[in-house]
Amino acid sequence: MKPIKPIKDRPAPLEYNRRWSMRLWLLGVFVFLYAPLIALVAFSFNDSKRNIVWQGFTFKYYDKLFRNDDLMIAFANSITIALVATLFSLVLGTLAAVLLWRFRFPGKAVVEGTFSLPIVVPEICMGVAMLVFFATVIPWPNGLPWPFNLGSIIIAHVSFCFPFVAMVVRARLVSFNKEQEEAARDLGASEWQAFRDVLIPHIRPALIAGALLSFTLSLDDFVITFFTSGPDTVTFPVKVYSMVRFSVTPEVNAASTMLIVLTVVLMVIGALMQKSAQKKT
Amino acid sequence: MAAHEGSDSRLAFWVTALPPLLWVAVFFLIPLGVIWAYSFGQNLGLTGVEISGTFSNYARAFEPLYLQIFAKSIFVAGLTTLLCLIIGFPVALAIVFASEKWRPWLLLLVMLPFWTNLLIRTYALIAVLRTEGFLNNGLEGVWNGASWLKVLVGLEPLAPYEPLQLLYNNFAVVFGLVYVHLPFMVLPLYAALDRLDRSLMEASLDLGAGHLRTLFSIVVPLALPGIISGVIITFVPALGAYLTPDLLGGPDSQMIANVIERQFKRANDWPFGAALSFLLMYATFIAIALRAYLSKGKAADAAHGI
Amino acid sequence: MNDATPTPFKSELKPIISFRNIVKKFGSMVAVDDVSLDIHPGEFFALLGPSGCGKTTLLRMLAGLEVPTEGEILIDGQDMRTIPANKRPVNMVFQSYAVFPHMSVADNVAYGLKIDRVPDAERKVRVQEALDLVQLGQLAARMPDQLSGGQRQRVALARALVKRPKVLLLDEPLSALDAKLREAMRFELSQLQQKVGITFIMVTHDQDEALAIASRIAVMNKGSIAQLGTPSDLYEFPASRFVADFIGSVNMFEGTLVKDEPDEAVVTCPELAPHPVHLPHAVPGKVDTPVWVAIRPEKITLHKNSEAPPAPAECPAGHNIAKGIIREISYLGDTSIFHVETGKGNLIRVSRPNRSRWDQENFDWKEPVWVSWAGSSPVVLLS
Repeated sequence: MKPIKPIKDRPAPLEYNRRWSMRLWLLGVFVFLYAPLIALVAFSFNDSKRNIVWQGFTFKYYDKLFRNDDLMIAFANSITIALVATLFSLVLGTLAAVLLWRFRFPGKAVVEGTFSLPIVVPEICMGVAMLVFFATVIPWPNGLPWPFNLGSIIIAHVSFCFPFVAMVVRARLVSFNKEQEEAARDLGASEWQAFRDVLIPHIRPALIAGALLSFTLSLDDFVITFFTSGPDTVTFPVKVYSMVRFSVTPEVNAASTMLIVLTVVLMVIGALMQKSAQKKT
Repeated sequence: MAAHEGSDSRLAFWVTALPPLLWVAVFFLIPLGVIWAYSFGQNLGLTGVEISGTFSNYARAFEPLYLQIFAKSIFVAGLTTLLCLIIGFPVALAIVFASEKWRPWLLLLVMLPFWTNLLIRTYALIAVLRTEGFLNNGLEGVWNGASWLKVLVGLEPLAPYEPLQLLYNNFAVVFGLVYVHLPFMVLPLYAALDRLDRSLMEASLDLGAGHLRTLFSIVVPLALPGIISGVIITFVPALGAYLTPDLLGGPDSQMIANVIERQFKRANDWPFGAALSFLLMYATFIAIALRAYLSKGKAADAAHGI
Repeated sequence: MNDATPTPFKSELKPIISFRNIVKKFGSMVAVDDVSLDIHPGEFFALLGPSGCGKTTLLRMLAGLEVPTEGEILIDGQDMRTIPANKRPVNMVFQSYAVFPHMSVADNVAYGLKIDRVPDAERKVRVQEALDLVQLGQLAARMPDQLSGGQRQRVALARALVKRPKVLLLDEPLSALDAKLREAMRFELSQLQQKVGITFIMVTHDQDEALAIASRIAVMNKGSIAQLGTPSDLYEFPASRFVADFIGSVNMFEGTLVKDEPDEAVVTCPELAPHPVHLPHAVPGKVDTPVWVAIRPEKITLHKNSEAPPAPAECPAGHNIAKGIIREISYLGDTSIFHVETGKGNLIRVSRPNRSRWDQENFDWKEPVWVSWAGSSPVVLLS
């Protein structure tokens, strides 16, 4: 008789993730997703010009990276753009979310749709539109001092970041108990005071999440920035792109690793901030 | 709280409404409008563009050359979406049925690559797909192992391993697009499956259905809105992808976005590029409208197993 | 008749369901602790107990939706260890009914038959039969979201019964219905079972339901069976304080067994002092050990204080009575519940049917009364 598996090891019918076939599939997918990235990070420490064979551990490509002035400037540009864009996006996104949540007015559906357009429109279309816009409609003057020369990029980034912030804040607004605001008004607060003292604390976790989202989107953006940046307003992804086109060297790996680390650190910070913010509300 | 009467409230309304509306109008709608206008324009000399209301750009877009690129883009995006669906569905299933403590971690693990820069993710694949990259090295190892086994059994060894051309072609583009978009697909699938009432699946099993049948008769129909969401969220960005075909594709793996870029950066034919951009946008809108139309037919709470 | 023991269950037929030493653990939590149980063909069996007692887990293991950690389950003599849920000859009506929302009523009922590859013509006939059986014959084409909760339950019933299973499992079938509907459905379920003739196994936490419909009940507590018996056995002959308390309401008095002879026993209870409890038969327990005395409220009689202390039959004077004051009266229409406070501050619950439309013997708040009961009424429990 065929030996039967001991009863306690057999999974129940719906315990799909206890079956070996599922576990193997999951494992395969995770290997597929992570192996290239891990290899990328690992080879940034490879002591060899070509990224093929492991020849020893070294930091020299990171060294080279930090001495690469162009790259460092590009990095500084990216951070600046991301910070400023996030600031604007937070304000605009929150206003947009509050507008849609609080008020009823004619054409609301159209406005709602318009706010979500930047999320939906393909990046290349938006990039191209920005290029043409800054070339013809509002020509952005050349040769402005830093950081103003980054203005066109910042504007473009705000345009596609703030709808995401609006989305996140809107989701959080749904859980707001309107009676809190009414209580504040009843106690004498003006509209603005009620907004500031009651609504904003409630949406703080969403603001943090939105800021994080916006910062990351801006920092990582390539396509739109590619079309709005110029030779003296290069951002980190654009610079890395040109390095990649040139050749595949460990330096590029090092730059990429830095960007990954930065993203992960941001995510962790954001998650921690959210946790503490949620504890207070 | 509906808008109160009173000027205090109206002021609040306009203060809230104006900044985002103005921004969207000036820095989004107007640029798009300009592009739209340009698509009806012609090049005037080297730098000027005259908006002459001509349809010649659109006509040109329908020439066989460009039509072919459109078709190929749609095919590639479609294939990518299909592969993501097939690969991602079991993943979403496994996460939904994981125990409470594993579930957030698994979700995080799936979404983490999504937070990584697209450029970096695509670049990482170059090392994988090169002639001396990981895939080829791995295959070579397997090939040599098989050859060794043959010799062991007394047969002729296999011919030396010919590395496969995995990079700079359509295979690489699809591979890269699937790699980049897989997390995009898993999340909506997970959300849809999570809302499904498990007792429906148990009832199906109880009535005699096997697991596959339960999947196709019960799970898929009820999770369909989520599946459609995932499909659209994957298809649309894949259609307009620029970086992946640019870095991983060969000369005949051009997709729509690459052609558009060329018009603006090298060929300097802005009107034509504008026309192509808008055609891409129309395709996107059609896809989204299709999704809205298909989802309307299903009851939103059908998944809750009444 | 001094028979204080319940009638043992006899069946000529082999059991249709056998649980043998079933254990189920979820991690370190033991949900079912060494349960062995036989269920006979044609029974309407109930698994009754508070939430968390393991009854639903037991049912699901029978259906194949959970796998036991240890032990065997036999259906009609066949070991179910290697047989998955979709191949077992049992069908279940889920607590949420689990009617497929994207299929019509008829398609829902036909689902199981399609899987069994029943030919079209026969399938149509059987589906209509099943729908007529649950009185949904006219609603075959409706979609589930157009039905009420009670109608959806019938769809679930029809869907399960159309496959002609050997056993039908019902998970809390009446809990989602409102009170009036619940009572009507109790009767219908009972009728249905008799009509169809197969074994029904029901899980419920509502003891009224179990008492009303089931032919035999297993009361479960913390993963084990506390007592197995017919409804009247469980009510009149509870084996433990848990069962006596869980089923119906009961007055429980702590006491000491002072006399235990073959034809009489006496227990002294501090709450009823100075009047001991007298029973005309032997009871479990050793003399001079603590025991519990359980008396149902409807077995106690109220007497007006103006009379001398009552003398219940079958016992010596001064036994099986107590003196007290009425502290609370709950008028329920068909009965009244009196809470009588004895000298020690404890409340005795007495239930009294309202036999006439105006009460000739009108008891009032704060009225001093005597309570009494027959010697055959109390049950002595050890745990």
